[in-house]
Amino acid sequence: MTPQLNAVSSVVLDTLDRFPSRIGRVFIVGDTEIAVFRTSDDEIYAVENLNPHPKGGPLAEAIVSEHYIYDPLYDWKIDLKSGLVQKPDSGQVRTFRVEIADNQVILFTK
Amino acid sequence: MTNAKEKLVVIGNGMAGINTLEQILKLTDRFDITVFGSEPHPNYNRIMLSYVLEGSKTIDDIVINDWNWYKENGIALHTGQTVTNIDTDNKTVVTDGGMTASYDKLLIATGSNSLMLPIPGSDREGVVGFRDIADCDQMLEAAKQYKTAAVIGGGLLGLEAAKGLIGLGMDVTVVHLMNDLMERQLDTVASAMLKTELERQGIKFAMGKSTAEMQGDHRVRRLVFTDGEELDAEFVVMAVGIRPNKQIGEVSGIDTNRGILVDDFMRTSAPDVYAVGECAEHRGICYGLVAPLFEQGNILAKQICGVETAGYAGSITSTKLKISGVDVFSAGEFIEGPGHTVIAAKDEWKRTYKKILLDQGKIVGAVLFGDVTESASLQKYVREATEMTDEIYGDLMGTGGHCGGKSKTAAVEKMADDEIVCGCKGVTKKVIVDAINEKGLTTVDEIKACTGATGSCGGCKPVVEQILSFVLGDGFKKTAKAGICACTPLSRQEIVASIKEKGLRTTKEVMHVLEWHNPEGCSKCRPAVNYYLGVIYPGEHKDEKESRFVNERMNANIQKDGTYTVVPRMYGGVTTPEDLKKIADVSVKYNVKAVKVTGGQRLDLIGVQKEDLPKVWEELDMPSGYAYAKSLRTVKTCVGSQYCRFGTQDSMGVGAMLERKFERLDFPAKFKLAVNGCPRNCAESCTKDIGIVGNDGGWEIFVGGNGGIKARLADSLCKVKTDQELTDTVAAVMQYYRETGNYLERTSEWVERIGLEDIYKKTVEDVEYRRTLIDSIEHALTFVEDPWKQVLNDKKLRSELFEAGKPTVIQV
Repeated sequence: MTPQLNAVSSVVLDTLDRFPSRIGRVFIVGDTEIAVFRTSDDEIYAVENLNPHPKGGPLAEAIVSEHYIYDPLYDWKIDLKSGLVQKPDSGQVRTFRVEIADNQVILFTK
Repeated sequence: MTNAKEKLVVIGNGMAGINTLEQILKLTDRFDITVFGSEPHPNYNRIMLSYVLEGSKTIDDIVINDWNWYKENGIALHTGQTVTNIDTDNKTVVTDGGMTASYDKLLIATGSNSLMLPIPGSDREGVVGFRDIADCDQMLEAAKQYKTAAVIGGGLLGLEAAKGLIGLGMDVTVVHLMNDLMERQLDTVASAMLKTELERQGIKFAMGKSTAEMQGDHRVRRLVFTDGEELDAEFVVMAVGIRPNKQIGEVSGIDTNRGILVDDFMRTSAPDVYAVGECAEHRGICYGLVAPLFEQGNILAKQICGVETAGYAGSITSTKLKISGVDVFSAGEFIEGPGHTVIAAKDEWKRTYKKILLDQGKIVGAVLFGDVTESASLQKYVREATEMTDEIYGDLMGTGGHCGGKSKTAAVEKMADDEIVCGCKGVTKKVIVDAINEKGLTTVDEIKACTGATGSCGGCKPVVEQILSFVLGDGFKKTAKAGICACTPLSRQEIVASIKEKGLRTTKEVMHVLEWHNPEGCSKCRPAVNYYLGVIYPGEHKDEKESRFVNERMNANIQKDGTYTVVPRMYGGVTTPEDLKKIADVSVKYNVKAVKVTGGQRLDLIGVQKEDLPKVWEELDMPSGYAYAKSLRTVKTCVGSQYCRFGTQDSMGVGAMLERKFERLDFPAKFKLAVNGCPRNCAESCTKDIGIVGNDGGWEIFVGGNGGIKARLADSLCKVKTDQELTDTVAAVMQYYRETGNYLERTSEWVERIGLEDIYKKTVEDVEYRRTLIDSIEHALTFVEDPWKQVLNDKKLRSELFEAGKPTVIQV
């Protein structure tokens, strides 16, 4: 059984070494796709894998620069910390709290 | 506290009403705002509908305030609700959907409707106005089914509609009552030049004609003019003008004339009720253009918020036609009368026309055709009735002694702070100046990112540049030649030189040592630097997947829904029945949504799921076609001497050979080749980066062709006799481009920047240099590897990039 996003408060995604630097990975939690990024300072950020652009699409294949991503389809700049789309575009993507414990990357869904 | 908020209701969800709201929101948050709109859309840029029709923009692109904007600003938006009555005594409004709302202040911004002439038969199907998204949709639909269209009205809107329909493939005739097009904005000379240019673009004209009747069955089929002549038309756009939408005022007992009457503070006859934009009539004038609407909105916002403001004194309007390739501008008085002094210059060779009218030495009007670079200055001079001086004359008429454009910046200097610079986004001079000063901006791009100015139609770019140079003064020139992106002031050349000189090895190192503003760069510079490093250190530079665009990282083209396309190699556009069978089997197995023959003579499997990509590659077992890469795409060929009776050279064989030899190498941008067996040129060499045309004694090589965004015919570089010479020349040109091209710069731009002469010298004439180029590319070619195979052989990469991870629940 795959865990449902609303039913659990945290899940283990993978071990830290399985996250390449500045390249996104996709995880499926229940019905939700989550894009997870490892920045060059070895922080892990997780956002919903749903482009805030009205036309939608994924985010995981974005170019990562510090704690920002440039979305792969429309080149919108998005802050991974807040999920906020940077000017002159606007919008917000849902963010998730992530913690690294004992080399395990844990995603909090609530 | 929230109960204390005053209620502001806006009738009309268009540019005028929402722009006024934006101005109000900048001044105060004391209102509880409700907006009623008849159309089912958020606020969009109506003046850009012609771009939607033309296909260069989508509806989404022209939305100014998306749904989120309303939410973020706490505005209650009710679309599809038309307000039918205002009770000005009890201060409430009622909609056709039965909603009611009470207000403290009410803003009427209902705009205008297309004026539909009551011509007999005009109630038939297929007769529309050109005003909103619904009209636009009807036009797009009509173009799919019908061939002939008539546009009634040769004004701004009519001509834009006509051009749009031409673009959609219809046969279009503009029917105009007068003998001059755009007679309300242009004089006879400019109007005639405009007509000639539009005829060149395919529009037909029926001038001096008045439509007596529209005939047909349930649908319109033809127009009959008052002189008895007929015109076949299965689709008619009525663009004779607009009528202020004043109905709500009339039924509610508010004073109206042509429009809803307002005073200098946009107040109507009813207390606390205001009107703005095209529905309003001010001092006898109803405006139908965008600039006055911003000016009115600005004053109205201050008035409503209790900020002291001078009243609205009317606008001097100026006009620009939004048809590509046709630059027209007019402002103020443009038909000369007896009291006018006329300055005019007509150039039939360059097809430009310039006319400036003076009244007692003051500039009161102007018309420009062909070259509109002076439009910003003229607009200002006309508005302020500036006295003509020798200096201004020299500047405007191009006879001035100095070429520094000093008085242009002077015009910007005198521009009022709250003057609108970007009409599409309503950005004032002050907003731009403040952004430059406070945020230290130095380029138009940065201003666009920060304020939105120039981001829509781009017409205001010259003025924004002038403001920039005015604010920065001498600082402008230094930074104006701009780095490769906002992260660095350095150019490609400087970056490449530093990489070589300092021995920099990674993008991180480059950005650190060369002091990038953003330590990790952006989506523009990181892929570029990664490319430059690859060309400088072939075989040594470890390609940075994290600095590649999605398509090059995934080795497939991403589509808007997140699926991908797969294009296998088909060398020279030649395949086999066995390969076709395999492609068919794989397509069926992986449920490919479409199989498309590409422009480059191969097959595109569209709609492959990301996790299926490696499996599709594995089962195809063919080399990657690099359809996603800045690399050699295809070599298009004709049948050639193997089979064609005209063929003089083996184009299929040579095309496949070149494709095999040069595939997989990185280029600054995508790279296309064509090889033709004879000068009939069936494989279209003239629009390829390198085009090769066979003749009886050898080959002719063309470079710098492009059939894409900016079409360019290739230039003939040289003729060669043998296949070896051909391969060597192709190799030398490719390597020279690889070494000197700016990232993302196609050869069409590269040839113009570097010059054909220099390319000839380096790749043909100078034998030694040519040898170095060939050796370099041969060296680089020894390191290339098929990317699909690479992924299939690397399990970790495959799972990280292509497979979705499945998390595990923590057991507490």
